[in-house]
Amino acid sequence: MLEIVAASLIAAGTIFFVAGTVGLLRFPDIFCRLHALTKADGLGLALIALGVAILAATPGAVFRIAIIWFFVAVASATCSHLIARYARQSGARGQHD
Amino acid sequence: MTDPLVIFDLLLALGIVALAIASLSVRDRFAMIVLFIVFGLFSALAWVRLSAPDVALAEAAIGTGVTGALLLKTLHHLRFVESRTAITEAACAPVPLGVLLANAAFCGLITLGLAVAFLGAPSAGPGFDALVAEAMPASGVDHPVTGVLLNFRAYDTLMEVVVLLAAVIAVWQIERGLSDAPAPAMGEVWQGFARLVLPAIVVIGTYLLWVGAEAPGGAFQGGAVLAAVGLLLLLTRAYVPRPEHRGIARGAFVLGTGTFALVALMVAGGGRVAFEYPLDHAKTLILLIEGMVTISIAVTLAALFHGREPVALPKGGRDDT
Repeated sequence: MLEIVAASLIAAGTIFFVAGTVGLLRFPDIFCRLHALTKADGLGLALIALGVAILAATPGAVFRIAIIWFFVAVASATCSHLIARYARQSGARGQHD
Repeated sequence: MTDPLVIFDLLLALGIVALAIASLSVRDRFAMIVLFIVFGLFSALAWVRLSAPDVALAEAAIGTGVTGALLLKTLHHLRFVESRTAITEAACAPVPLGVLLANAAFCGLITLGLAVAFLGAPSAGPGFDALVAEAMPASGVDHPVTGVLLNFRAYDTLMEVVVLLAAVIAVWQIERGLSDAPAPAMGEVWQGFARLVLPAIVVIGTYLLWVGAEAPGGAFQGGAVLAAVGLLLLLTRAYVPRPEHRGIARGAFVLGTGTFALVALMVAGGGRVAFEYPLDHAKTLILLIEGMVTISIAVTLAALFHGREPVALPKGGRDDT
């Protein structure tokens, strides 16, 4: 039973990752792409982490998964912010590098 | 029926080769570095699949994280220099054909050597697993990889630490002076992020060092993670290297090599072979060496990222960055 729940959570998370990747490939400019990627990956990662945590054997492992999820989420949000910030500033100066 | 993971492994191997080709053939320097970083992450995954989590950790932390940061820093530096001297990317001369051919020949020779070594190795033999497992009680630690690195083959590990020391000495010889490149302004979100993750990195780096005695981890992985603290401090300008800090930095650079060599000499002085630690103190000595080497690796990698000896040059001296 637990395996089924975990597997469906991981599958749902994977769908979000695929959707985010499609958005990255299809959307026209950098801000739309970032929007697709961060939203989808944030939720996708949370679902996968939840699914893996259900399967984890020890409370220690669950704790570690939670920490990993937290830091990856914070880091990816910060990275997206930095990319968007750089794009806006360099776009305002008319540079694309 | 084959293992379904074989498909995953094949895709992974194909992905690694494709990323390697892509990062070599793409023209944009930034894209090149990003592709190299992704290549490193895939390699780390491959090491996990080969049941070598220690190598995977080292590849992720040093091969991908620190090397990626060094490459990006170099790119930032290059762009700054180019903006000053008006050398554009397009103005650079193309690589001569002879250099290309020589590089290709060297790469071919290395591949050939690896192939010979791989094909010449006993294919179905037990390897050294049994030997190492047999000798583990004498090593003072519980994790075979740490036992091999710090005890059975400690001489190789000492040389690796020396290589890092030589690298930082070379960098300090080449680049000197206080940095006058403008600080990359990265905003409040980034500052908050740095404040949040800094303590966590310290804990994770120390944990990796400590856990190395019985599980994957150790001095190189812990040191690389701790070097990230230095990178964050340098990038947020919370720490700016000053000329008067050079003494401490030099001490930290040689701390690992010095402790390593000193322990070996003292063990050798006691009528033993170097690195044949007395069993009662093996764990203590290994932990001492690993701790000091970790500090050295962390400080050295951070110094390599800064990339210059912070010395106050007289005005009108070398006008580079």
